Amino acid sequence: MEIVLVGLNHRTAPVEVRERVSFTAEQSRKAAEELRSRGILAETLVLSTCNRSEIYGVPPESSHECAPGLSSFLSEFHSVRADVLGVSLYHHYDREAVRHLFRVSAGLDSMLLGEAEILGQVREAYRYAHEYGATGPVLNRLFQGALEVGKRVRSETELGTRPMSVASAGVKLAERIFGKMNERSALVLGAGTISEQVVNQLRDRGIARLLIMNRSRERADELAVRFGGKVVAWGEWETALKSADVVVSSVASEEPVLRTEVLRAAMSARGNRALFLMDLGLPRNIEASAAELYNIYMYNIDDLTEIVEQNRHARESEVPRAETIVDEHVGKFLSWQASVELVGLVDALRVRLREEREAFIRARMDSMNHLSVAERERMEGLMDELLEKLLLAPAERLRGEKELRRKIQNVEALRDLFLSNREKP
Amino acid sequence: MVSMGSAEFMKELFFLLTIVAYAGSFALYLRFLGTGKEIAGRLGTIFLGLGLIAHYFALLERSRGLHTVPYHDLYGSMSLFGWLLALTYLGLELYHRQRSVGAFVLPFIIVFFVAAHLAPGDRLSPVPARGVVFAFHVTLSILAYAAFALSFVFSLIFLAEERLLKSRRLGDVVWRLPALELLERMSRSSVLIGLVAIAIGTVLGFVWVDRLHGQIWYYDPKYVITLLVLLLYVLYFQLARTASWRGARASRLCIFNFFVVVMSFTVVNLYLSQSHRYF
Repeated sequence: MEIVLVGLNHRTAPVEVRERVSFTAEQSRKAAEELRSRGILAETLVLSTCNRSEIYGVPPESSHECAPGLSSFLSEFHSVRADVLGVSLYHHYDREAVRHLFRVSAGLDSMLLGEAEILGQVREAYRYAHEYGATGPVLNRLFQGALEVGKRVRSETELGTRPMSVASAGVKLAERIFGKMNERSALVLGAGTISEQVVNQLRDRGIARLLIMNRSRERADELAVRFGGKVVAWGEWETALKSADVVVSSVASEEPVLRTEVLRAAMSARGNRALFLMDLGLPRNIEASAAELYNIYMYNIDDLTEIVEQNRHARESEVPRAETIVDEHVGKFLSWQASVELVGLVDALRVRLREEREAFIRARMDSMNHLSVAERERMEGLMDELLEKLLLAPAERLRGEKELRRKIQNVEALRDLFLSNREKP
Repeated sequence: MVSMGSAEFMKELFFLLTIVAYAGSFALYLRFLGTGKEIAGRLGTIFLGLGLIAHYFALLERSRGLHTVPYHDLYGSMSLFGWLLALTYLGLELYHRQRSVGAFVLPFIIVFFVAAHLAPGDRLSPVPARGVVFAFHVTLSILAYAAFALSFVFSLIFLAEERLLKSRRLGDVVWRLPALELLERMSRSSVLIGLVAIAIGTVLGFVWVDRLHGQIWYYDPKYVITLLVLLLYVLYFQLARTASWRGARASRLCIFNFFVVVMSFTVVNLYLSQSHRYF
């Protein structure tokens, strides 16, 4: 029983390669079925996100030779030349494969350290593969372990708690003021890349209403369709600012778009309910003195970038704690795996010894002719008893002594020693 | 003698259990605030619950033989205040599902509990104060003060967080404090508890005075300050939702109000009021 992993990620492969080897849900199912029908893997799970495509598997018979087979399968499946793919692929076995997966689900292997999405993607990939029966006892246990690592790292360390992008920092700040966003509305001025990210994050957080304002009506309509918001005519501040709680602004303009006076009037119209302004424009879109107004919280792109910078340091300092959790679970998984393998070994040994005993008696049948049937059965029974007795003590110790299981590093060697089918040299 | 000794022993035991539970809860809430570990916060809540139970028995031991709440001395009123503070906080924490302010509330609970224990025994003869009505009058009044103290703490946190957010200088802790809006709501709900409790408590006080003296009105400066406290908190409750007071200004008012409560608790009780010594 061995675990093999072949894959590539954002560090080993450029996006042009990654997009060619990514799997849709349907493709991952097809790949798993093919891998099994060709006898390359007995258990399979495909994990494919925008940053990685990885195949985890348990080969039917242990051999270190299944990684090349998997690599060529990948290149064939996606019709990518093997030499192109070869430089990007990594493969890991057993301990390293387990460790890799656990680090992935902890967010330690992500492009954005500690990001939360990956845990959901791992869960989804596992759920799907489990559903169509591609996984087995080993991968089930492995992925349940991975989900546990992901959850623990997120609840016990700060790896995933702090916002790491300008957009998420802005949205999290808004949450510091308003709490849940599901009864709030946001006004989007203009549409830069970052403000689009902010809108996506706001929608993820269940923002109730989006208002779109743009100088070009046509562009505003287009954005409204894309974001699912309502268009407000350019300059209708009174309407727009009366209901919006968050303003996301990224307008290309030399002059500030939102003046302090306009905001002062808006604040009195909205009964001084708090207003959070995210000024992502360069030059700035909102007059700086507006920050002084009562119950207005204003952050520009530099403020947000600085927060992200601070958080990056905070997150990086959490990495050792996350790695400790990963190591702990790798150890746990390996000792589970070893105990399963050892129990399997003892069972196999029992079967083998019975066979040997039968062969032994058959071979000496002639010399035992003087024995009656009853006597022969009695002797067979005694031999079986002896075999059981010899096996019982080690089997019980293996079940009961964790330390002993840990000490037996190489189950394969034991299997080779006792159960080898090789002819004697 | 033996029974006296065992009573003393029980008192000490419950004191120790309470202090250990509260201190544990404080440490865990601090850890939760510092690291964001969910488990620490949950354990903090559990320890607070255990502290409440132990504290209850500590109060019970103290009031043994009294057959009512221990209000007749400084120990009683301070300890009961601490207990009701803890109870109200726990209720609000569970209601609002927000435990990052626990680290700020627990020190108050601990200070009152320990101060009560250290307070000298009262040598004055207790007021002729017995009966269910009187017990409720005392308990509800102290509950009101505890709830006002909580809103004071919430308002302080609100002001500090508001200042950090406004000035764009975010420390580590800002990410774990409750949202401003939630702090406002928590403060308002604790003021509401306080208002209801003080209103009922005061009415019961008058009922009791009526029974005792056969007349409702006899002058006590405590009436004036209690009315003032009541009005100030009603004002806060109303203003906190109006345009010009919403936010930091309302929180400042709430903090000011609590100073009036403290005045009522100290100056008025000690120097002015005849019948209100400890609450």
